[in-house]
Amino acid sequence: MAYAEDAERQVLHEPKSYWTKYVWSQDHKVIAIQYSLTAITVGLIALVLSGLMRMQLGFPGVLDINASEYYQYMTMHGMIMVIYLLTALFLGGFGNYLIPLMVGARDMVFPYVNMLSYWVYLLSVLILISSFFVPGGPTGAGWTLYPPQAISEGTPGTEWGIILMLVSLIFFIVAATMGGLNYVTTVLQARTHGMTLMRMPLSVWGIFTATILALLAFPALFVSGVMMLLDKTIGTSFFMPEMMSLGTQMSHSGGSPVLFQHLFWFFGHPEVYIVALPAFGIISDIISVHARKIIFGYKMMVWAIVAIGGLSFIVWAHHMYVSGMNPYFGFFFATTTLIIAVPTALKVYNWILTLWQGDIHFTVPMLFALAFILTFLVGGLTGLFLGNVVVDIPLSDTYFVVAHFHMVMGVAPILVIFGAIYHWYPKITGRMLNDTIGKLHFWITFLGTYLIYFPMHYLGIQGMPRRYFSFEGLEFISQSAYILNQFITVVAIIVGISQVLFIYNLIHSFTKGKPSGNNPWKAASLEWCTPDTPPHHGNWGPKLPVVYRGAYDYSIPGLTDDFVSQTSTNASVGIVSDIEGEGS
Amino acid sequence: MLTAIIMTLLVIASVVFHFLNPWQQTDLASNWESMDQILSITFLVCGLFFVAIMFFLIYCLVRYRHREGHTAHYGSHNKKLEGWLIAVTSLGICALLAPGLVVYGQFVKPPDNAMNVEVLGQQWRWAFRFPGDDGLLGTTSVKHIGPKNQFGINPSDPNGQDDRLIHTNELRLPIDQPINFLLRSIDVLHNFYVPQLRSKMDLIPGIVTSFWATPTVIGRYEALCAELCGVGHYNMRGHLVVVTQAEFDTWLSEQSTFSEIMTGKTSDGLSDQGQQLAQNRGCIACHSVDGSKSLGPGWLGLYGKTETLADGSTLSVDASYIEESIVNPSAKIVRDYPPVMVAYEFSEEQLAAITAYIQSLTSEESSAPQADTPMNKNITPQD
Repeated sequence: MAYAEDAERQVLHEPKSYWTKYVWSQDHKVIAIQYSLTAITVGLIALVLSGLMRMQLGFPGVLDINASEYYQYMTMHGMIMVIYLLTALFLGGFGNYLIPLMVGARDMVFPYVNMLSYWVYLLSVLILISSFFVPGGPTGAGWTLYPPQAISEGTPGTEWGIILMLVSLIFFIVAATMGGLNYVTTVLQARTHGMTLMRMPLSVWGIFTATILALLAFPALFVSGVMMLLDKTIGTSFFMPEMMSLGTQMSHSGGSPVLFQHLFWFFGHPEVYIVALPAFGIISDIISVHARKIIFGYKMMVWAIVAIGGLSFIVWAHHMYVSGMNPYFGFFFATTTLIIAVPTALKVYNWILTLWQGDIHFTVPMLFALAFILTFLVGGLTGLFLGNVVVDIPLSDTYFVVAHFHMVMGVAPILVIFGAIYHWYPKITGRMLNDTIGKLHFWITFLGTYLIYFPMHYLGIQGMPRRYFSFEGLEFISQSAYILNQFITVVAIIVGISQVLFIYNLIHSFTKGKPSGNNPWKAASLEWCTPDTPPHHGNWGPKLPVVYRGAYDYSIPGLTDDFVSQTSTNASVGIVSDIEGEGS
Repeated sequence: MLTAIIMTLLVIASVVFHFLNPWQQTDLASNWESMDQILSITFLVCGLFFVAIMFFLIYCLVRYRHREGHTAHYGSHNKKLEGWLIAVTSLGICALLAPGLVVYGQFVKPPDNAMNVEVLGQQWRWAFRFPGDDGLLGTTSVKHIGPKNQFGINPSDPNGQDDRLIHTNELRLPIDQPINFLLRSIDVLHNFYVPQLRSKMDLIPGIVTSFWATPTVIGRYEALCAELCGVGHYNMRGHLVVVTQAEFDTWLSEQSTFSEIMTGKTSDGLSDQGQQLAQNRGCIACHSVDGSKSLGPGWLGLYGKTETLADGSTLSVDASYIEESIVNPSAKIVRDYPPVMVAYEFSEEQLAAITAYIQSLTSEESSAPQADTPMNKNITPQD
């Protein structure tokens, strides 16, 4: 491979000053950490907002939150969690850290653009957060930002909040595009000697496919953001029909609110998979390492990721069954949506079949992986309810939807993020996270989130509408539903506060953790073969590694070690027969 | 082992919870029994997959847990097994999708004998329109909307003259008559949601959307907005009352037609006009009229009351203060209320009407002793 030889000829320029090493860094590992810490910080803000919302729902009046504030918290919580935490952390964080190490590259192929990507992302975060401090506060239009409501009077934050939200999203997309082009090009061009596509770990496949989705889906959000900004600021009518606003006639005419919804969900549905596919990949790797077994059906897993990625572009209108679009679309989108369940189910089966006949170590990363399987299974199955159009009609806009998407794209990816951090923290810092705190954090988070979201589905079955500041006076909702809401709030507060354990563990173990050595989990994939832990600038020393096999060679019969690293030849570990890893 | 035990308990608890929890569907009051049946099929199929997959996972956790001397099997895939799993999953998917699409086929085609009823949504209330004897609804445009013509019906359209208009939040419908709900919004997105009907649909400004259902049980049901429509969304509520055909016919004949309203045959007093305006312009979404806590100061007993302003000064609420607060809301902000109200434009006459309405709420209060409800109530019932 041309890249590898070229990379070996070039002299490494290690940054010397503090600023170029840790701040204006072009090293993918530092950028990954910058991305991750920023994402986790805004994620904590969004977590606090969800606590405030839960207080209003469980114990109305206690915190004196008014309706405007509630809708503002709700909107900011959703947008931050989906875009600024999950997307940024999976692509900017894990993508940045893992791709070059897993494919054997020195760095991303465009390090300067990569650095720029982070700083533009930080700018987008600052713009978003600044909306808390402008007159009128942040927008309360709901994270879907549906016009006309998002930009017309009667919605909180129509003065400045919505403008800042749209501008922030536009900057975020610029950042994601700069990062995304880097990840895709690095995977395609910068793999080391012997690293064929079908030898790449599934983490890379997941992040790679998700990045392609992001590059194709974000433009739809970008243009709709620009169009809405024009509707708001200079009075165009892309999404605004002839309409009233609180008794006043507006000057708009001829625009289509449904057009926005199509654009939004053309982005929004792939967005679910932008978050889910990296999670799928990472969880596959964690399960394989900690069950000491080759991932079951690697090729099928790769094709499932690619198939899900492709199908994710033709299911978007299942978010719009009751939107008033042409109802005949429902037939097509229900069918495509349920078809996507097949490759997704296959992935679940293959994770479990990887555990089958394995040697399962109940480490903290493995615990999170198991919790992910249960959570994702529930979230995936309830997706079959909402994807099937006639089942969706009564359930849409109820708490069933809230419970479903929190299970499938809230809790499930977060569990993967925790698992992944416990798994790769030793590579990033050279120290292990504390196991006892880790297990405590795991059990509270896993059981807590299940207790929050599993019963919540039934509030939706009963018909409780979502996005309600208060349910008081609704007669069809039983009194016991309010008790359940109190219960959910109490659990949510406990789970929220317990995240302090995780933060403490991250900080404490950074200096006090047990030294991990190069490969504490005895993992076979390439990122554990770096000469130094944490890896130095350039990752590999003078020569790039040479890869001889796939990333999952565990428990080969007759060997002393139960894993064979990707850089080992058959001869070096004593394999005499022609047993080799899948895809080699 | 601990993990396996807890997982087992979670699965069993989930199944038990499903059958025993008190939060089941509301009693069906429409023809959409088929929707409930598909929901049951979905629960059954998904439940079986859930239990089967989880128990196999738990079996693996116990059987293949790490022990001294235990090693993993070296094997990477099994094409035959994967083929079978794909086949079984596809079968399960078909069992959900096929009946689902059949029922959806009924949903997209309203029956020929369906009666048209227009649901008009605006921030944050409902209004309804029935076609007159000609069976046709008049054409509408936002341009025609005015103090008397809230629906924006085209005054020169003969089909609209006999349309019967319901300005309150309560819709009455006859039992066992298929209804084609024609949905129209004059401002933002809304969704006409009666849980017991099962079917629902968004209202979109600029176009007319629709769905159909046949009410099958006499009763009074809540009709609420299910699509976020601004700060008063949670408060956009009304009722659907299902009655016999005879009761319905009598009721409908008592409702004013468009031409009656336009020619002023149903005149209201000043404070009634104010009440109409307050509803039409959405004032009551933020200003309660029953003494409950709301986003803005409540109107019950407001007139003549002494208010403390944000700067600490006090004033007695009179007509000039009320009128000023409507046209220039930020001039004098009452303490503990956020300065979120936008300025409204009203004619002198309209301002007088609203002021008269607010004044009437004070005199009503003095005659209704127990109107003072607890301060932590957040809801403003509108009917």
